[in-house]
Amino acid sequence: MNKIEVKNVDFYYGNFQALKNISLEIEENKVVAFIGPSGCGKSTFIRIFNRMNDLIPETHLTGTVNIDGIDIYQKGTNVDALRKKVGMVFQRPNPFPKSIFDNVAYGLYVNGIKDKKYIKQKVEESLQGAALWDEVKDELKKSAFALSGGQQQRLCIARALAISPSILLMDEPASALDPISTAKIEELIWELKKTYTIVIVTHNMQQAARISDKTAYFYLGEMIEYDDTKIIFTNPKKESTQNYITGRFG
Amino acid sequence: MKRFIEKIIQGMLTVSGFVTSIVILLIVLFLFTEGAGLFSKPKVEDGYEIVLNKKNDINTLSAEQIKDMFDDKITNWNEVGGKNQDIVLFRLNDITNYFAEEELGEQLEHVPAKISELISQHEEIIGFIPQEYIKNDFAGKRLDMGNIKFKDVFFGKEWIPTATPISFFGILPLITGTLWVSLVAILIALPFGVAAAIYLAEIANHKIRDILKPVIELLSGIPSVVYGFFGLIVIVPLVQNIFHLPVGETGLTGSIVLAIMALPTIITVSEDAMRNCPRSMREASLALGGSKWQTIFKIVIPYSASGITSAIVLGIGRAVGETMAVLMVTGNSAIIATGILQPLRTIPATIAAELGEAPDGGVHYQALFLLGIILFLITQIINSSVEYVSAKNKL
Repeated sequence: MNKIEVKNVDFYYGNFQALKNISLEIEENKVVAFIGPSGCGKSTFIRIFNRMNDLIPETHLTGTVNIDGIDIYQKGTNVDALRKKVGMVFQRPNPFPKSIFDNVAYGLYVNGIKDKKYIKQKVEESLQGAALWDEVKDELKKSAFALSGGQQQRLCIARALAISPSILLMDEPASALDPISTAKIEELIWELKKTYTIVIVTHNMQQAARISDKTAYFYLGEMIEYDDTKIIFTNPKKESTQNYITGRFG
Repeated sequence: MKRFIEKIIQGMLTVSGFVTSIVILLIVLFLFTEGAGLFSKPKVEDGYEIVLNKKNDINTLSAEQIKDMFDDKITNWNEVGGKNQDIVLFRLNDITNYFAEEELGEQLEHVPAKISELISQHEEIIGFIPQEYIKNDFAGKRLDMGNIKFKDVFFGKEWIPTATPISFFGILPLITGTLWVSLVAILIALPFGVAAAIYLAEIANHKIRDILKPVIELLSGIPSVVYGFFGLIVIVPLVQNIFHLPVGETGLTGSIVLAIMALPTIITVSEDAMRNCPRSMREASLALGGSKWQTIFKIVIPYSASGITSAIVLGIGRAVGETMAVLMVTGNSAIIATGILQPLRTIPATIAAELGEAPDGGVHYQALFLLGIILFLITQIINSSVEYVSAKNKL
């Protein structure tokens, strides 16, 4: 069954059309990478899945976006509940100015969970899931800002995992990190794939090739091509895709 | 040439920096030397002495007892531990009741001798006499009252700076007045200010904010005397009617006026702080399923806590130091207020009201400087304690 189904989506910032008639399906427990040059709309697109674009004034969307068969843009949708189901990791590590523990527990607190024992267990699980537990288990009370950039980003992943989402959106999660941290994050994505459906935006084509099952190539607000990653990177059907992945522009 | 100009500019900046710092230090020093002078002044009005008959058993009298005697509240010596005799008060201008003008001499040259004679003849007398009329052969008993003491000022419950023969410079009523007014003002202003800041920073849309913000900032440009006038005309009758008071000029009135005055500062500073909370923090909170309000209360406000605390400090600073408006609406009675609905008087209002009538260099004048020091110290303590707290809160 398809986890996410997008049908004929147009998206506007005021009068500017950022996404043009996009349709695609994402299967459960797959990693899908969005690639494309800057300004092609891939970040706008990923933020549609948890309605993060709602925060920007004067934007609107037409078409339908179904997650688990339910249109998330229909009237009366509980956006907070949607965001609990669709976790997100941002481009730059953005931990809260709180302790490591409180950062991970935050999502549980705001979703009304008060059971301390459960929270403690969930924090540990999430940190383990984000491959950070061994590094921070003795200093959970320390400020999250004391961590390195790569650790902070894994903390943000742990924070997203804590609320048990079924989909994980990652908007260029490794672009602000050094190669070693990047490698760790990629390894982590491999692991997470077993339990989550992952949508990742990346600028780094090698990264897309390494970690994703399917790849969508965006250009100027249009989805040019969407196929198995292997095909996109070895035998793309469109010339524009070919040009981009061979580094002729972008 | 360019380097030469840069050197000159650097020199000018250094000089102006130094000059300003030194001027500020000198002002503080001036304040302290003037204020500290108070403690080397005698309790009895400068240049006067309290004298008794030698046969009187009393050797010491407290300032309060002397005041009560001259106010006719104590009329018998046995009330202060002496014999059962009515007290006879003697001030210099009473001398004509006892002696004819001729007896005092054309140049009043016989006055010292006559006073001495008078005091030695009347056992029940207490005299308040200029020192110049007390010669070495004075036949009475001179009471040594000593200088104004630290505890008379800091624990004194009465502020009567122009009384004779003894003035009281107890600052407790003024400090309690200041604290009452400032505290209540902040209690009123803080919730409104922070609420308005949250509204402006998080809820209002661009258009409303663009109209509201300049209006709020305009409020801080209104002179305080205008606020005082407004308070006098509008809030004084309001408070009087609501609480059924004999007079509407109370601490609460001052607090309300001060709260209105402190609002613009609190709103603009805390709104700026909230808007400085990065978008990425809000997004992270929302992306975890936090609602808008959870994001505001758990992320935005804690993040801008140090900004909000500095807004509070600025507000308190304004409240503690504000003079004119408070002077106009609080009723200015220097008694220790036990409630906010009583007339009271603040430190700055006291300085403003009394400095004009205090003789240069006199006790009263120095006492007002001491008040200035206390005000300075109070604001310093508030500033540094809040700085300490907000530095601790910062991650």
